[in-house]
Amino acid sequence: MTARLLQGSDAVARSAIEAGCRFFAGYPMLPFTDLLESMARLMPAVDGVCMNAESEIEAVNMALGAGAAGARAATGSCGQGIALMQEAIAEAALNEVPFVVFNMARGQQDYFQATRGGGWGDYRTLCLAPKDVSEAVEHTQLLFHLADRYRAPVMMYGDYLISHTYMSVEVERRDYGPRPAKDWALDGRRGGTGRSRQIWTWAMGKANDPGPGPDRHWQRIAEKFDDMGRVESRWEAERCDDAETVVVSFGTAAAFVEQVVAELREDGLRVGAFRPVSLWPFPEAALAEACASASQVLVFEVNAGQMIDDVRLSIGRRIPVRPLGRVSIDFSGMRQGEILTVPWIRDRVRAAVKEVAVK
Amino acid sequence: MTDGGRKKVASALAPLQLSGEHHLCPGCGHPVAWRLLLEVIAELQLAGRAIGVVGHGCYTNIVQLADIDFLQCLHGRAPAVATGVKRVQPEAAVFTLQGDGDVASEGLAEVLHAAARGERITTIMLNNGVFGDTGGQMTAASVIGQRTKTSLDGRDAETHGYPVPVADLVASLAGSAYVARGSVNHAGSIAQTKRYMKRAFELAVGGVGFTFVEVLTMCPTGWFLPTADGPGYLDGTFEQTYPLGVLKDCR
Repeated sequence: MTARLLQGSDAVARSAIEAGCRFFAGYPMLPFTDLLESMARLMPAVDGVCMNAESEIEAVNMALGAGAAGARAATGSCGQGIALMQEAIAEAALNEVPFVVFNMARGQQDYFQATRGGGWGDYRTLCLAPKDVSEAVEHTQLLFHLADRYRAPVMMYGDYLISHTYMSVEVERRDYGPRPAKDWALDGRRGGTGRSRQIWTWAMGKANDPGPGPDRHWQRIAEKFDDMGRVESRWEAERCDDAETVVVSFGTAAAFVEQVVAELREDGLRVGAFRPVSLWPFPEAALAEACASASQVLVFEVNAGQMIDDVRLSIGRRIPVRPLGRVSIDFSGMRQGEILTVPWIRDRVRAAVKEVAVK
Repeated sequence: MTDGGRKKVASALAPLQLSGEHHLCPGCGHPVAWRLLLEVIAELQLAGRAIGVVGHGCYTNIVQLADIDFLQCLHGRAPAVATGVKRVQPEAAVFTLQGDGDVASEGLAEVLHAAARGERITTIMLNNGVFGDTGGQMTAASVIGQRTKTSLDGRDAETHGYPVPVADLVASLAGSAYVARGSVNHAGSIAQTKRYMKRAFELAVGGVGFTFVEVLTMCPTGWFLPTADGPGYLDGTFEQTYPLGVLKDCR
């Protein structure tokens, strides 16, 4: 297969279909809208379903239904729309229905929303934040794999730069081994045999085959999320080995930070970049290790300071952890504002490095 | 069924019923509606392809008691969830079982949009005009004058607004193929309601469109009435607001 110039949303849609996604439901909201449009255009050719749902609440519940019936299903939105979906994302985490949520966020202001969730109960949402379209294509297929593997809803944290940027990418099927059997999915076929199935957050089971009930069921799910936390964290560390200053950033902002680090290294500054690829699980141990030789950590995020909490939890009080970004959004309310440029970041990283050197 | 020449009217358990024990109150109408639902599924030979999507209410317990596939979902969202199920399992007989709190209050948008889209599913709405599971509060379907814990002097249109006739709304949409309203407070209306359910399943499974059966059921506990007064109260109050019969039949 050869690379093609594709818009990010279109590339993600094609990758989802390669991953076997055959059900998609969404409600228009920029910058997520283009993904919905691509799905509406591409799904019929593979006998898949794309629903232009009547609300985000309907969209996510449709995806939950399709996932419960065994399909690889997905939905998506951003900001307020993801807020409306949180109830069902939590429900799916607790009744173990896999699907993928494409959160094409309006900038980076929804880190808390993605990683803490606003649903109910003891649950987590695995969340990957690609830095560009090419990685989004890869993450799309990985997310379907992880959703099935853990029987849980999972999320991509994309943004305007993922959904609207054109990039030359190869969209081909990635092999994650045989798909797990969905012997839990509902198809109706066991009705009347004494072995009919049930998907229920309370897991009470049937009168002839009682389930564990909420206490044991939710404890097991908590243990599952603990396991995921241990093994599913992903990250990228660039030139951190000898770095005195490590700059932490996520998603598309990290591509700018990478460039800044490359330029400052040419100037002889010992700067490194660390990027959590998974926002949950946050790569705490890897970040602590990457900062072993550092005397300060800078957190560049295009918001008032959200991921910095996770960085501080990872680093502790050993060295200073300082915010570098701020709220910065353009007039449309959906694109990153003026601070997301290499010069803006470079000047501030340089100043912070010098400040530490003076001390 | 025969036993030594004597004919049994009905066995204690409905077809597909796994247990005769339930947590519902004496005088509750839900078990009657459950029985009709299971009898219809069995008689139409749909047990091996039925998937029930169940909302939140006293009736939720059916997911433990009936031997068919069930997905218990969020309050009000069953028609959206059932849409996802049906679209990827087109051969399945997909239905939702919900109460009036689930449909008329929390999930009015979901049921109307599923009807408008003509989803090939059946929604059974058990309407007792009260949140029974939470102890007797007013729903959007509570009738004028009905005393609940949140309308202590009776539902008053000036203060609480008017009840929502969901079946009428569903019938007004082009995507609905069949809409009927029955009750389970008399032998005659029980038999009639079963016929409504049967037709509703046949048309939805046959791919004709969205079908909807509202079933008026007794809740003497939530109505704060002596158990035996439930059926009569239904006649005297609910059936004034919600007249029984077929509201729409596509054929």
